[in-house]
Amino acid sequence: MDKILGLITKEIHGFNKTLDTPINLDKGKESVLFGRDSNLQSIDFVSLIASIEQAVSDEYGKELSLVDARAMSQKNSPFRTVGSLAEYINEILKED
Amino acid sequence: MSNRIVLITGTRKGIGEELAKYYLAKGDIVIGCSRSVPEWKTSAQENYKHFQADVNDEKSVKPIFSYIRRTHGRLDALINNAGIASMNHSILTPMQSAERVLGTNTLGTFLFCREAAKVMKNHKSGRIVNFATVATPLKLEGEAIYAASKAAIVSLTQILAREYADFGITVNAVGPTPIKTDLIRGVPLEKMERLLARQAIRRYGVYEDVFNVVDFFLREQSDFITGQVIYLGGV
Ligand SMILES: NC(=O)c1ccc[n+]([C@@H]2O[C@H](COP(=O)([O-])OP(=O)(O)OC[C@H]3O[C@@H](n4cnc5c(N)ncnc54)[C@H](OP(=O)(O)O)[C@@H]3O)[C@@H](O)[C@H]2O)c1
Repeated sequence: MDKILGLITKEIHGFNKTLDTPINLDKGKESVLFGRDSNLQSIDFVSLIASIEQAVSDEYGKELSLVDARAMSQKNSPFRTVGSLAEYINEILKED
Repeated sequence: MSNRIVLITGTRKGIGEELAKYYLAKGDIVIGCSRSVPEWKTSAQENYKHFQADVNDEKSVKPIFSYIRRTHGRLDALINNAGIASMNHSILTPMQSAERVLGTNTLGTFLFCREAAKVMKNHKSGRIVNFATVATPLKLEGEAIYAASKAAIVSLTQILAREYADFGITVNAVGPTPIKTDLIRGVPLEKMERLLARQAIRRYGVYEDVFNVVDFFLREQSDFITGQVIYLGGV
């Protein structure tokens, strides 16, 4: 989990340089990525999710899609916070 | 020598094979795919990498993009050429054929656009060229599913052009007239002639006609050209 969290935060740090209003990571796992309290534009969200997907895939040498039907239909979106995303990725990596 | 990284689908034969050879001869690095392994070779074979993959199968498509990212770190152009036709009266078209045509042409194109955009956005530049057909604007009887699958590609092209504009990626399509490949081998001559008669310029298309349009879309200066479909032959 810590490794995944590390990957996510690293991607966000890089990504923040391109944003007018960077994602605030002060709250650690609870830092909001997407949802009501987020000021991330949807195009930036798309871009960030794709970068994290690539980073995870490269690190674990495994093909994965973060945006699958399951993610899009989960009541508590896995993309809400840094922590929920890490958990979601962890779950996907455990499969098959 | 241009050394672009160009991904072309459906390179085993037909237009895809010729496109691969054409860009290899220009000095580009070409990555290709098809369900079976191609038999052709060129003098620039070391710049060609083939993947045996069905464009409609996400599991076998994803490794192509991981390979591109790992080996080249970027993708300059995607040419979504792979396609199949089902030329039959709709009443005689089994659901299985309809699904295969839509799966290969429409969903395959969608999947490659999506995955390519993820790689291209990292460099804020890229070119995507999709394959439409004159069967759509000419509303050809006997090609309902094929023309519909390609009409969907026109929609995808226009909308993805907008979605990907912020990433510096252009998305356009070329719509060939009949070109003598296996794709149209089964179509009766008399039907072909009626079709050619509906073009402004009444001849078969040749590979060079397609290269010309694709080249135009790929040009560096074409970064203000997106969401367009260019039909050959004046259709
Ligand atoms: N020729 C024409 O008159 C004409 C006119 C208008 C538009 N077009 C379009 O031009 C494109 C190329 O057509 P063509 O005439 O060159 O056809 P073709 O000679 O039949 O070649 C089709 C190519 O696509 C590959 N392919 C087919 N299904 C695939 C799949 N599921 N996954 C991966 N590769 C696949 C084939 O290789 P495998 O069999 O090994 O997979 C082959 O290399 C198509 O999109 C077609 O709709 C052609």
